[in-house]
Amino acid sequence: MKVRFWGTRGSIPVALTAPQIRAKLIAAFTRAIGQRLDNAERITQFVDHELGFDIAGTFGGHSSCVQIEAAPPHSAEHLICDMGSGARPLGQEMISRFGVAGGQTYHVFMSHLHWDHIMGFPFFTPAYIPGNRIVIHGCHAELEHAFRRQQAAPSFPVEFTQLAANIEFDTLRAGETRDIAGFRVTPKKQLHGGDSYGYRFERDGKVVIYTTDSEHKLDNAEERDGFADFFRDADMVIFDAMYSLADAISVKADWGHSSNIVGVELCQLAGARRFCMFHHEPASDDSAIASLLVETRRFEEITREGAPLEVLTAYDGLEVVL
Amino acid sequence: MELQSRRASTAIVISPNGRLDQEHADSFKQALDPYLIECKAGGAPLVLDFSAVSYISSVGLRALMLAARQVKAQGGRIVVAALTPIVREVFEISRFNLVFAVFADVDAALTSLATQA
Ligand SMILES: [Zn+2]
Ligand SMILES: [Zn+2]
Repeated sequence: MKVRFWGTRGSIPVALTAPQIRAKLIAAFTRAIGQRLDNAERITQFVDHELGFDIAGTFGGHSSCVQIEAAPPHSAEHLICDMGSGARPLGQEMISRFGVAGGQTYHVFMSHLHWDHIMGFPFFTPAYIPGNRIVIHGCHAELEHAFRRQQAAPSFPVEFTQLAANIEFDTLRAGETRDIAGFRVTPKKQLHGGDSYGYRFERDGKVVIYTTDSEHKLDNAEERDGFADFFRDADMVIFDAMYSLADAISVKADWGHSSNIVGVELCQLAGARRFCMFHHEPASDDSAIASLLVETRRFEEITREGAPLEVLTAYDGLEVVL
Repeated sequence: MELQSRRASTAIVISPNGRLDQEHADSFKQALDPYLIECKAGGAPLVLDFSAVSYISSVGLRALMLAARQVKAQGGRIVVAALTPIVREVFEISRFNLVFAVFADVDAALTSLATQA
């Protein structure tokens, strides 16, 4: 199984600014002093292995969109979690891979219907191609309404009815496992304004959990055990780690998000193998996200009792093979 | 959890011990409650001496946050002192060091409380 991240930012897309790029260049050239970077090969080596990702790259700014691929051979059925702005580059990739002949089926699993999770759909080019099939799965009664309303005048120039693909809506129920496109899919209700749902995907002995926009209250052992069961033995848990724990239980309590600390604790309880931080705070720059990763790895280390939990942080373009 | 407590100048020093985790956070909070009720405007501030606390999890930190909230609403003061290295790291990673008054040791806490009284 392979997980490809197309949008990892929380709440609203962000873009690097000119001052941020300037700061990266200055940091890079400063580190290059005395390095004798006098040919392309040395420069590439330096950029890829000596500069940190926070200087040489960026965690990216698209809102939530994650693709889950089964091991090859690939079929014409695709799985996507959420339709944030990352759905636009994902759609482009699908067009360049499969052309415009149609015949592809996209299964979309919606955590919930907040803007940052649906805003990419009108820019998902496969939706405009006749012969494609898009099945939007979710647990909210307003699923179809939210997608149609987003494209209704005066908010968007192309009405939902003008999309040429065959688009269906499929209501799932929390706790009920379904077989969809070769995956076993189980939704779980989460604490978030207007409710959100996490998904457990299982196939070929691998398990990935997509759990974003989910607050954990900590005062309820039953709730905690419920999530530990939901995450049980997962190969990767993609987790809403938007806030610090202090913020999540004080000034930002009831805002519907969680922290790195609670994510690591739940994954340890569940015996998960990888913990991937997701839905990054829009105010966090690349160095803030990079330091959070270092700190979270340290937290995992000091709390480790059994097998180690690999700690990752998602970025637009990250691919993880499970 | 049994909490050792002593009067030190104008403050009350409380010394929890062991792990403040899922298993022990509730009993810590219960043992702390009688002190919290008395900690109000004009009363003695509380110093939590953490020198014997080996670990604190999210649930333990939440108990601490609730204690601070209650005391603040009553006009009292509560601070934490003498974190062990691991607990200090957990405070930093969770950003509790930014929302909680933390002192290097009990004496530093008492001095600060005395001068701000
Ligand atoms: Zn969101
Ligand atoms: Zn949301």
